[in-house]
Amino acid sequence: MAASPHTLSSRLLTGWGGGCIWYLERRAMRESPCRFLHLLRNVNQQWVTFQHVNFLRRMYVTQLNRSLKQQIKPKPEPAESPFLAKTSLDEAKAEICEMRPLVPSSLSLSRKPSEKALIELEPTSVTEGSIALEKEMKEEKQWKEMKLRADDLPGILARLSKIKLTALVVSTTSAGFALAPAPFDWSCFLLTFVGTGLASCAANSINQFFEVPFDSNMNRTKNRPLVRGQISPLLAVSFATCCAVPGVALLTWGVNPLTGALGLFNIFLYTCCYTPLKRVSIANTWVGAVVGAIPPVMGWTAATGSLDAGACLLGGILYSWQFPHFNALSWGLREDYSRGGYCMMSVTHPALCRRVALRHCLALLAMCAAAPALDVTTWTFPVIALPINLYISYLGFRFYRDADRKSSRKLFFCSLWHLPLLLLLMLTCKRRAGEEGTGAPQS
Amino acid sequence: MAARRPARSLVVTALCRAFSGRGCQLAPERGAERRDAAPSRVSRFCPPRKSHHDWIGPPDKYSNLRPIHFYIPENESPLEQKLRELRQETQEWNQQFWADQNLTFHKEKEEFVRSRLKAKGLDLRAASGQKATLNAEEMADFYKEFLSKNFQKHMYYNRDWYKRNFAITFFMGKVALERIWNKLRPKQKTTSS
Repeated sequence: MAASPHTLSSRLLTGWGGGCIWYLERRAMRESPCRFLHLLRNVNQQWVTFQHVNFLRRMYVTQLNRSLKQQIKPKPEPAESPFLAKTSLDEAKAEICEMRPLVPSSLSLSRKPSEKALIELEPTSVTEGSIALEKEMKEEKQWKEMKLRADDLPGILARLSKIKLTALVVSTTSAGFALAPAPFDWSCFLLTFVGTGLASCAANSINQFFEVPFDSNMNRTKNRPLVRGQISPLLAVSFATCCAVPGVALLTWGVNPLTGALGLFNIFLYTCCYTPLKRVSIANTWVGAVVGAIPPVMGWTAATGSLDAGACLLGGILYSWQFPHFNALSWGLREDYSRGGYCMMSVTHPALCRRVALRHCLALLAMCAAAPALDVTTWTFPVIALPINLYISYLGFRFYRDADRKSSRKLFFCSLWHLPLLLLLMLTCKRRAGEEGTGAPQS
Repeated sequence: MAARRPARSLVVTALCRAFSGRGCQLAPERGAERRDAAPSRVSRFCPPRKSHHDWIGPPDKYSNLRPIHFYIPENESPLEQKLRELRQETQEWNQQFWADQNLTFHKEKEEFVRSRLKAKGLDLRAASGQKATLNAEEMADFYKEFLSKNFQKHMYYNRDWYKRNFAITFFMGKVALERIWNKLRPKQKTTSS
């Protein structure tokens, strides 16, 4: 379940994750020169002379990145090396596979390589070989043991459950709860809050469980826990179950059965309809919009116990908001979607994509005007919400007309602040109980 | 699976067996090296001797998938072996598919760019020497065409991926239960006797 399947927060998370990886790689690169030299020292002395080592060392230092250290001190023999064995015979054999990038002729198995043969080494191939070897060693360092540590688990589970997206979903639920025409009950609110949060965590985890190879191939999602092997699929599914069962139970028995049913339905819709449909048909966007619309409806039904017009209106506003938000975002991801096999409007029906985004911006205007008519808010609300609604409609029109990256980005970023602000304005203009019905302005 | 190993990785396998006296074997994680359509490097990674876990590597250059080096315990049960082989095979199958997919994409993209530039009467390299590219709107035609061309291929892949994913997870569950049962059973024996 999602306020929207893709949000800025998940992109920020990806960017942060990418930044961490970059930093670790740089560190690994700095450490590798020592390793390289140590490798050479372990080689059988009959093959490699001191001259050879010096020659390689000079090439290595001059050719590689300036940021690496210039002074390379050969390390003493370590207690245990992950790559090389202790026995001399195996050591020699190990060098066959480790040193393969270097010129093969220079490392023949002959017992007495002449110094002449070594000097005949071509500088470029040796350099290339040393760079290739350095690259390979850097790559070796990037291998990680798939061992789950207890203190890593909370972070991993937070990323698995897309915790920031869950937070957004729960806040729309809270907005629905607060907007409902019922006295604010804290215990009910907390139960709804926790129950919806758990249900969202479960749905997001299953979504990631299904999409591992696809996530690996997209920049936005390649640092997710299952992609990186930080958690096993079994654990992900178990976590999802451990969230879904208490979450739905809490909503059904702690709040009311209608909210529980909506929660369960939303989990099903997101995991079993939206996620597979993304690769089959562009209809996935409309299904995803329903998924985003249900949480505020759940908040409303939790407070009032019934699905009335106000709930549907709130759901409708969230539903319409998804389109400018997602369609604008997907405009910049067309290459990744095409390569990954995702069926999105921006790739298959670009004109429809822009038309739908504009259409729903205008629908937002209309629904905000209908809010006081349904006793959700006072008439002040459509008036004060008009500027932001007009602005997003204007950006939607620009996106429709220009169809370029700039207009899509503007529309996307606008949608990010538009929704929270709209919900806040709705809350401030909420129709209090006991006031006059339609047509009467707030006194 | 052993019969399909090329000579080079046999040497590496022998080496790894020598390194880690615990029976850790290098499972051939790159079956694709034999196939020209989806090239990938054989990783010579061998995990430390005392590690009892799987190891996961950096993303592959072609498929963007992270290879896993599976740990083979000495007392591996038939169920554990079945799970490991299924995971290994799925890994190779995924590697093959995505490497092929990505390479085809890049190749066709290059061809498209070249043909469009030629149609516009432009060189591949602009006067400044930089590679000439098409803008996003021009590329959109290619993305749409590529997606629809590969639609059926993706349908088959999706179906198979979901099946394998469920199977692997199901077997993981069974293995976990088996391990728990084995841990409890000796205790039961000692308490009863």
